Amino acid sequence: MIQLIYLTILLPFVGFLFNGLLGSKIKNEKVIGIIGSGVIGISFIIAIGAFFETLNLPVEQRKTIVDLFTWLSVGGLNIHFAYQVDQLSLVMALVVTGVGFIIHVYSIGYMHGDKSFWRFFSYLNLFIFAMMNLILADNFLVLFLGWEGVGLCSYLLIGFWYDKKFEKMTTADAGKKAFIVNRIGDFGFLLGMFLIYLTFGSLNFSDVFSKIGVLNISQSVFNFIALFLFIGATGKSAQIPLYIWLPDAMAGPTPVSALIHAATMVTAGVYMVARCSLIYASAPAILTVVAIIGALTAFFAATIGLVQNDIKKVLAYSTVSQLGYMFLALGVGAFSAGIFHVMTHAFFKALLFLAAGSVIHSMHEDQNIQNFGGLRKYMPATAITFLVASLAISGIPPFSGFFSKDEILWKSFANGNVIYWAIGAVTALLTAFYMFRLYFLTFEGNSRFGKDKHPHESPKVMTFPLIALAILAFIGGFIGIPALFSGEGGNAFENWLEPVFKNAQARLAETSAYGHSMEISLMVISVILGVGGIIIARNIYLKKPSIATELAGKFKGLYNLLWNKYFVDEVYDATVVTPIVKTSDSFLWRITDAKIIDGAVNGAAAIVDRVSKNIRKIQTGVAQFYAIIMALGIVLALFWIIMSL
Amino acid sequence: MQIPIEYYLILSAFMFIVGVTGVLTKRNAIIVFMSVELMLNSANLTMITFASYLGSSVGQLFVFFVMTVAAAEAAIGLAIIIAIFRNKLTVNIDEINILKW
Repeated sequence: MIQLIYLTILLPFVGFLFNGLLGSKIKNEKVIGIIGSGVIGISFIIAIGAFFETLNLPVEQRKTIVDLFTWLSVGGLNIHFAYQVDQLSLVMALVVTGVGFIIHVYSIGYMHGDKSFWRFFSYLNLFIFAMMNLILADNFLVLFLGWEGVGLCSYLLIGFWYDKKFEKMTTADAGKKAFIVNRIGDFGFLLGMFLIYLTFGSLNFSDVFSKIGVLNISQSVFNFIALFLFIGATGKSAQIPLYIWLPDAMAGPTPVSALIHAATMVTAGVYMVARCSLIYASAPAILTVVAIIGALTAFFAATIGLVQNDIKKVLAYSTVSQLGYMFLALGVGAFSAGIFHVMTHAFFKALLFLAAGSVIHSMHEDQNIQNFGGLRKYMPATAITFLVASLAISGIPPFSGFFSKDEILWKSFANGNVIYWAIGAVTALLTAFYMFRLYFLTFEGNSRFGKDKHPHESPKVMTFPLIALAILAFIGGFIGIPALFSGEGGNAFENWLEPVFKNAQARLAETSAYGHSMEISLMVISVILGVGGIIIARNIYLKKPSIATELAGKFKGLYNLLWNKYFVDEVYDATVVTPIVKTSDSFLWRITDAKIIDGAVNGAAAIVDRVSKNIRKIQTGVAQFYAIIMALGIVLALFWIIMSL
Repeated sequence: MQIPIEYYLILSAFMFIVGVTGVLTKRNAIIVFMSVELMLNSANLTMITFASYLGSSVGQLFVFFVMTVAAAEAAIGLAIIIAIFRNKLTVNIDEINILKW
């Protein structure tokens, strides 16, 4: 099965071609949907097979390179289309194909009746193809191919309903925003890649990583490589300062938000940093930057999420915040904790989005939570699964989020410092609060929607995926029970990933001075904070909703700041976008392009025109005149030859 | 008594200059045409001279080529002149100057 891993990449591509080329002719939603999700399902089965095959191998042989063919061979640059099957890429592959499959199935119900049903599925399949390239790549260039591919699919899917209005713009504008902001990050990634090639003479992961510590490389080179790669990660994984595209990416259909902008694509940055853990371990200063950015993003995004009223916006900021947690984990050297959170987050955040999609569907595309309320009795399956996911993300034991989040908080305390932990813990409180604000306003309390709406439970093709994800969100954490509880064996998930990160860990060489009692007390604190957030949300939004408006009135300045997302978009508009547009318009277009470039081209033509107007008079049409010129020429030539003899 | 080679060459050069002058100055296309023939024949004379002087047959060979080409050219040239005359009722080449800007 390991050798067949290329099928997990090829099959989605076949699905993309099939639906993309023939979908508009077939028109049968069943055929398109079954093929679209079927190819992903088969990929998932292959990934499971590869996983178990790897599991049966001895630990030191659990890395297989599947070399397909040579892509480029120019001078010293040798790029193979080769895929690396190891512990890390298998975890990611299982998450992507597994969650991807569930979301594909859900989409059959969600996109039912859409005029571009086939286009949706072909884009989704293309996305899985690109994402699998990204996570299975055995060199930076194939990874970059996937990296750009998922960016393209993200753009295509955000603007899927390209003629639909979205806030002050259209969904196509939101797609462009995502694409351009990502391009900034990708530029950093490219620079990092160039620097890697310059330093190590190779783009192959194992080549590069084996040369670290062997070659004599100065610290600043490591710092720059790590920093450039991290800029790429901030773009793709929506971290400060490039997170602004993700909330607008919610313009796309909800399954897209679930698959691309919550579960898989946005974790590509986390995956990439984890994959390059050895580079980051060699650049501790940048690792600190990663941790700080992660902690800040987690906190800021969570505060914005507190006051938003669009159900998908809240989830979007929540995603940004959770991605911040993952980077915090990476930043303190807890790579496996970061990947663990990637996995559990994929479960519960995909579930939250899909459940939100189910709600939006039954509320006729309304997304404002102030217009919901009391939906639990109309759509019980959606409500219960949403509740499971909310409990998971709030870190309530024994839901999956508890294990991964607590692992991160503990590591940020033990390997980092108390400030990281404090920010993380406060964010956990905020997370629990805004998630249950969402839950109570949507599913509990009085109905606030108009008589024209008739909420109803979604069809089975949508609720089954919700239930499947709810089960995963519930039990997903048990594979990573901390050593504290599981005793001798230790954390199973960490043990599984240990060979991937052991070199990086050895380089960081951190020894934790804290004992189990500390770990337990921190755990208790974070659970108390989570429960506290839920209780506060319950007391405000279920019992006395007037408190919310009173608080908003009392802290008007703060409320406005949060409501307007710290005015970051406006600041970026004023400092970056507008100056670029202005200079492009007044200088680059009107002067450089219109005057200088066009002037040079038109001027050259004008000169030729004027000169030839005069010169053409030589052409008299009298043959004898030409003959005289010719004779004179010959005479001159002869004369010159004779003289030079 | 052998005639010195210079005599031949001077005669040939004279014929050539007469030909060139004719081509450049005469208005009638027929005379221009004849002048061209004169130039060709002056070249022929030079080649024969050198062939005899150097004891080589290459020059004589070339003269045959030139004569063949000249015959063909004469036929085509005259045909063109007749065609022009039919169109313009003149063979004065300064009146045939439509090939200009």
